[in-house]
Parts: sequence; structure tokens; C-alpha cells
Amino acid sequence: MIIEEIMKRDVLTLTEDAPIKDAMLLLDKYRIRHIPIVEGPNKRIVGIISDRDIRDASPSIFHSTEHLEDFLKPVSSIMQRNVITAHPLDFVEEVSTIFYEHNIGCLPVTEDDELLGIITETDVLHTLVELMGAHQPSSHIEVKVQNKTGMLASIANIFKELHINITSVLVYPSKNPEYKILVFRVQTMDPRRIIHAIEKEGYEVIWPKQPGINL
Amino acid sequence: MTHEALFIYSDKQLTYRFNESHPFNHQRLQLTYDLLKSAQALSKEQMIEPRMATDEELELVHDPAFIDAVKQGGKGELSDGMASNFGLNTEDTPVFPNMHEAASLLVGGTLTAVDAVMTGKSQHALHLGGGLHHGFKGRASGFCIYNDSSIAIEYIKQKYGAKVLYIDTDAHHGDGVQWAFYDDPNVCTLSIHETGRYLFPGTGSVGEKGSGKGYGFSINLPIDAFTEDDSFIHVYETAFKEVVEFFKPDVILTQNGVDAHHYDPLTHLCSSMKTYEFIPKLAHELAHHYCEGKWIAVGGGGYDMWRVVPRAWSVIWLEMTNQQHILDDPIPTSWLERWQPETTDELPTSWHDDPSIIPNIPRKLEITEKNNKTLEKALYHIRNEKKNIAKKG
Repeated sequence: MIIEEIMKRDVLTLTEDAPIKDAMLLLDKYRIRHIPIVEGPNKRIVGIISDRDIRDASPSIFHSTEHLEDFLKPVSSIMQRNVITAHPLDFVEEVSTIFYEHNIGCLPVTEDDELLGIITETDVLHTLVELMGAHQPSSHIEVKVQNKTGMLASIANIFKELHINITSVLVYPSKNPEYKILVFRVQTMDPRRIIHAIEKEGYEVIWPKQPGINL
Repeated sequence: MTHEALFIYSDKQLTYRFNESHPFNHQRLQLTYDLLKSAQALSKEQMIEPRMATDEELELVHDPAFIDAVKQGGKGELSDGMASNFGLNTEDTPVFPNMHEAASLLVGGTLTAVDAVMTGKSQHALHLGGGLHHGFKGRASGFCIYNDSSIAIEYIKQKYGAKVLYIDTDAHHGDGVQWAFYDDPNVCTLSIHETGRYLFPGTGSVGEKGSGKGYGFSINLPIDAFTEDDSFIHVYETAFKEVVEFFKPDVILTQNGVDAHHYDPLTHLCSSMKTYEFIPKLAHELAHHYCEGKWIAVGGGGYDMWRVVPRAWSVIWLEMTNQQHILDDPIPTSWLERWQPETTDELPTSWHDDPSIIPNIPRKLEITEKNNKTLEKALYHIRNEKKNIAKKG
């Protein structure tokens, strides 16, 4: 899935001469955490301001009425200038990696320097939940397999033979690097046949089958 | 004359049958009916036939396109591609002849029960053919086509203007009903189920609490695999009592899936008949205390259809009609003689389970503690609201 499909297109922006006060009001009114700072008709990005930047610029609550004139300073005085951006054709996976590596909460989406949209951690999380199939009614089957080529295909074939529709598949690393865990979400309320068939082929199914083990 | 309770049943409801090997088998209804008859606990005067639900009634919840697809499926006119859009050619809900009529009769049965109770014809009503809580607006799921409980709740809202508390003790999360009323503050849903970590449908986490105006009116209690009677009963009793006091419903609808029993082949909970005696007992008591007795009970899951379902469902009726003394008698021999030849399972001779049927669970204490933590989280919002109300005085 690409970013273009999940980004928000209505982006609230400010220009760099806007007072910090305006940024505070926007964040509060629309319950958002980031405002791209732009210039020109193409909305070229020159900076970004977050709720954290505002907080850093705000006085302690014990002095909340002092130096109010500071909020009339332009946003350019506190904005971050090195803005990491995404491209509309980036994959969701790439963007999740950017969030993961840079510890940031939002990415403006640009093409040829023009601001087209914005994507936040929350959007990505929602999308990942959907990609994992966790929002659809399904049973969840985990199979422990050796870490070698072709295991996923072998197991998938068992599902195929039993005509069971797979909603999603994840491949997890196991604690022991010789193994991997395959996680299937399947569209059935009665997974007994498929579990039996997988076990019959000699694979280990992780499922709450014995009291007190593997919960 | 006001009846104490009415029993809605017709053998026509056995037509809700996907195929020979499907685990959802409404022969369960016949086994339960016959057990109650054999125990002389059910008279002709206490029974009513279910009616068919009309298309308009189905549309209270379902999309017209979905209803059309079910109709076509029942006539063998639905293409595979179309069927899969509506969740209709899956292993769980394959198409079968006249499925629309069969499914509408189950919805109609629940509406018959609703009308009996809401018009004052009867204090309580039991329709074991209902409780198909996985059905979605436009999609069949988890053995369920039309969602009789969602339709009944919307019907009660519109026709009688009453507030409904829905209690779901099926081992699977009551997802269809929850999502139908997720943003509605006039319907409160409480579902107690095995955690969706592995089990279908995977939803029903404690953090699902409703949205918008309905926030706080969806309550989920996912309990750990291998939970036993005492812990199940504790979380059920605590949650039900606090929720009913907070929500103050006009009527209670209980979904009585009986698949949390240790014998059930699809789930991993360890309840026994002790739980299934307690569930209707508390519902009965609270319905009288808060709703002038207005209590509608429907069936649901339950896949050990010989040893568990007939007893667990009969107990609901015995509770509704105050015939609990029958539980001290053995299971009637006439019932055993009629049905034992049909199954390889050994039919139980007592209404109660011997505690020895539950295996020793080494992590019992941890499971109980985990469930108590979940209970606290599930009730956190309600307890907070109560404190706020108390403060305002």
C-alpha cells in the first residue's frame, strides 16, 4: 500500500511570519500535533512546528502570565528547519521505518517541493492493523517452522487444500534463530481441521492446547 | 393473563443447517425441547411458534443488498464472486437451500420473544434459536447470517422506545452486536468471552469501549484460556451488577452461548454446569430488580451438542419458571433412552457436572488474577462515572 492512499490531503499550514499564538490556537482547535510551515503558492515546506516545540517555548505553569509577548514572535523563531518528508509513492512499510528510526510523529508528503498531504503515526498504525487483518473476524493460528526456504509455501498449501481463506500472514522471528513463527489469520470460527492437518505434516502449532503452557 | 415465561420454538427452525459436517447444528433445539418435555417442565400453554421476520425488520440492521444476496444464495442463484463479497461461500457460512427463510425464522423467533415481553404478555421469554451474534450489517460471519439480537435491539428501540442492556456470555466475542451499537448511548453491550489472542473473531479487547456518544456503553471482558467456574462467575457477577446499576435499562437481553464449557471443542475455557446454573439465575434476579422482570433470553454457540447444550439451555427455562427443584432429579431416562443411540458420547445422567471433569490447571491463580485485572479495566470507566456523580451529589 502506498502513502497516497492513506495520507490526509487537507493540511493546515502557516507561513513563517505567523505568530506562535496562531500555531497554538490551530493545534488546540483541530486537536492536531504538527503544523507544516510553508511559503509560496506551491506551499514549499520551510519548516515544521509541533506541540513539543510550543511547549518548550511556553513558560512554566507557575509563570503562565509572564512574558506573553513571546507568543507574538514569529513561528520561524522556534520551528524545526530540517524537515523529513515522504513521497506519495512511498510504501507504508518505508514510512513506518522512518517513524521508527527518527522517533518522529508525522511526515509532510511532498512532490516536487509541493506539499500534497500529511501522514501521522496514527494513520500508519491504523493501516498496519488493517494490513495485519486484525480488524476482521478471524481465528489466529501460529506455526513454528524451521528458518529455511519454502516453509511458508508448504504450510500455505495445506490451507489451499482445505479451502480455507487466509486473511493475512505475518512472519515473525523466533527467539531461537533456527526457527520462524508464521502467523495466519483465517476466516473461520472452527480451525480444528486445519490445525490437525498442519500437525499431521509434522509442524508445531502454537495454540492454547495444554493447560498452563504457551498462553 | 400474564405468563411468567414463554418458550419460542418450532421444529421448522431445524432448517437452519449449513451441511452435514458443520459444527453449528440446530438439532440442539430439538434435544433441549425434548429434555424439557421429558422432565415435564414445559407445557403447551407456555409455548409460542416463532413468526417470520419481514424484510423491513431485517433492514433495521442489514443492507438490502446483503438480504438480496442471501435470498439468491438460498435459491442457488448467487455467483461465487458475489457470495464472497457478503461472506457467504466460506467454510463457516456456506450457502444452503432456502437459507433466507431459515435465517428469517430465527430472527422472527427473537422478535416474537421481544413482543411477548414488551407488550406484557409475559415477564420473560426464551428463544434458543436466536443469539447469532456474529452477523454484520452487510456480511455473514462465524456461522451467523442475520443478526437476530441486533435486529431485536433496534426493534425494541424504535417500537417501544426502551433502553436495552445486552449481556453476552458466549465464549466468542459478540462482535456483530457490539459494532451495530458502538456509538449508541441507549444500548449497552457487555460481552464476556475467551481472549481473542487466538480465538475467533479476535476482537473484544478490554479497550473497545464504544465511540462518540456511545463511549463507555460497550464493555468487554476478555478472559484467559482455561478460566474455571469460580473466576468466570466472579467476573460475570461483578460486571453485570455494576453495569445494570449504572445503565438502568428498561429490558435485559441475554445471549446464552454455552461454549465456555470445558467439553466444548472450539474453545479453551474450563467452565462446568455450575457456571450455566449461575448465569440465568443472576439475569433473572437483576431483571426483576431493575426491569420489572423484562428479560429476553436467546441461545448462541455451543458445540458439544449432546453433553452440554441440552442441559445448559434447559436450565435457563427452569430458572425462568422457578422450577429449579428439577435440577435435583436425575436426567429423565426417557430422554437418555431416546438419544443415547444417536451419539457415541456418553450422555450425562445428572444436571450437575462432577468437579473431576475439569483438569488440574497449574496456572489457576495467575489466570484468576489476570481476569480480575481485566475486570478492573473493563469497569474503570463506569466506576469513575459513579464517583463523579456521587461528588456532584
